[in-house]
Amino acid sequence: MKLKKSTIIIHAIAWASALLWIIPLLGTLMASIRPYSEILHGWWDFAEFNPSLDNFLRALFDPDFPLARGLLNSLLVAIPATIIPMLIASLAGYGFARWSFPLKTYLFLTLVLLMSIPQQMIAVPIYRILLDIGLIDTFVGLILVHSAWGLPWIILFMRNYFSTLPIEVEEAARVDGASDFKIFYKIVIPMTLPALASVAVLQFMWVWNDFFLALLIIGTSENYLVTQRLPYLKGVYHFDHSLLAAGSMIVTVIPMLLFVVLQKYYIKGMIGWTVKG
Amino acid sequence: MFVIFPVLQTLYISFLSPSGEFVGLENYYDVLGSKDIVNLEGFPKYPPLGAMIHNLIWIAIHLPLSLFAGLALAIILRDVKGASVVKSVIFLGMVTPLIVGGIMLRFTFDGQVGILNGFLNFLGFGELARTWTAYPETALFAEVFGGVWLWTGFSMILYSAGLATIPKDYYEAAKIDGASPFRTFFRITLPLLKPVTLVIVTMTVLWELKIFDLVYIVNKVGGPGKSTTVLALEMWSRFVYRYYNEAAVIATFLTLLTLVVAVGMTRYMVKK
Repeated sequence: MKLKKSTIIIHAIAWASALLWIIPLLGTLMASIRPYSEILHGWWDFAEFNPSLDNFLRALFDPDFPLARGLLNSLLVAIPATIIPMLIASLAGYGFARWSFPLKTYLFLTLVLLMSIPQQMIAVPIYRILLDIGLIDTFVGLILVHSAWGLPWIILFMRNYFSTLPIEVEEAARVDGASDFKIFYKIVIPMTLPALASVAVLQFMWVWNDFFLALLIIGTSENYLVTQRLPYLKGVYHFDHSLLAAGSMIVTVIPMLLFVVLQKYYIKGMIGWTVKG
Repeated sequence: MFVIFPVLQTLYISFLSPSGEFVGLENYYDVLGSKDIVNLEGFPKYPPLGAMIHNLIWIAIHLPLSLFAGLALAIILRDVKGASVVKSVIFLGMVTPLIVGGIMLRFTFDGQVGILNGFLNFLGFGELARTWTAYPETALFAEVFGGVWLWTGFSMILYSAGLATIPKDYYEAAKIDGASPFRTFFRITLPLLKPVTLVIVTMTVLWELKIFDLVYIVNKVGGPGKSTTVLALEMWSRFVYRYYNEAAVIATFLTLLTLVVAVGMTRYMVKK
């Protein structure tokens, strides 16, 4: 009987926490599907309830800062900024895991320290360099910076994963006369797919959710990424919570869908990146 | 490689005057000595207390709360049916862009349509109702609590992974020996979770030091300005006004703080 009581308490705490954690999200969702006049006395007041997608349409096709364009811009940045560092970092991570060379340990420690550096530390020079070479306010510039910024952790992550792979398979292939490149391409990469999935999910979300680098590099409003557009939806004359809520849902829906679909890889990536790193 | 050069460049210009002369540590005296970074006049009443103190307040409140909540949830959820649903819900905060997190926070704490005030009204404390993120007395703390809401998923997931690595035999042995649940927790669970805890603490402190998006957006949609400012935001506001050298000083200072934390962790890991 005593045991049962504790079980009930534990379940109650767990589900109460879940409820507490979901309330802000639920509120935002409710505000986003209802006209502002209905939520004036709180989104939990259902005296009148006329859900519609009006707020979403208003946010997507806002005359000044349409989120539809922002979504497109963000995709145009996030997809290459995920693929490019993955390609470079898998090769580099493989090198770190399989070959020893002078200074390897130091280079490796440098990578770890680079990961802790705040973006603010590179902001001024990056801005000036991109200005000099004409890449300020361009997607190419932003993609380059995101790729460079993602490299240290992806190299580290891939190295850790490569070192867990059995080296015997590769040695057997080498005995059979396969070249280093062929071994990497034909044997290592297929074994690495789960790790690559984790990296892709984490890096894509990182770039998608990023705000600071976009703020730094993208300066004209039609180039604004989706995260940059959001603050402008707050309304000019009154605080338009409904529009802002719909905008928030639009920005969040892609990372949330990715998380729901690729949860396994996301969580594995996050744990592997931090715990084993 | 691509990152190191800009880092060194930032370090270099932090020693220059706006016209490009070398001025040594003068910028550091000016900027770090200013009220934007440390302002003890507000002490002990309420913010603004300066960006660095605000970052420290973040660490002092946000770190223990999210650490403890994550651990408690991870432990409880081992024995809960439907734990994966609860975990996903709590972890959604980690997936939400911080910009959106800030807007949700602003909305939840709003004076008119926020549910916190709805709840206070319901309990009969209606006179307390206000837009919590808009007043210097409460805005910083509202943001810190919002940060706990967003970040607890991180420590919960890592602690869950850490708990899963503890062999069940240990607990069975402890049970046979008649150890109380508390004793088992403090003698077995907690010591074995020490490496995970170290990682969580490091990553959380780094996050708290670098916090930017959340504070930026809450200010942008009606926050009390300097009362919630943090180092990263002070750096940005100087950058916007083209005080590049001053911005570089704050960036360097912030980086020094993060490096102290990161070096501490790497040294511990190397020792192991």
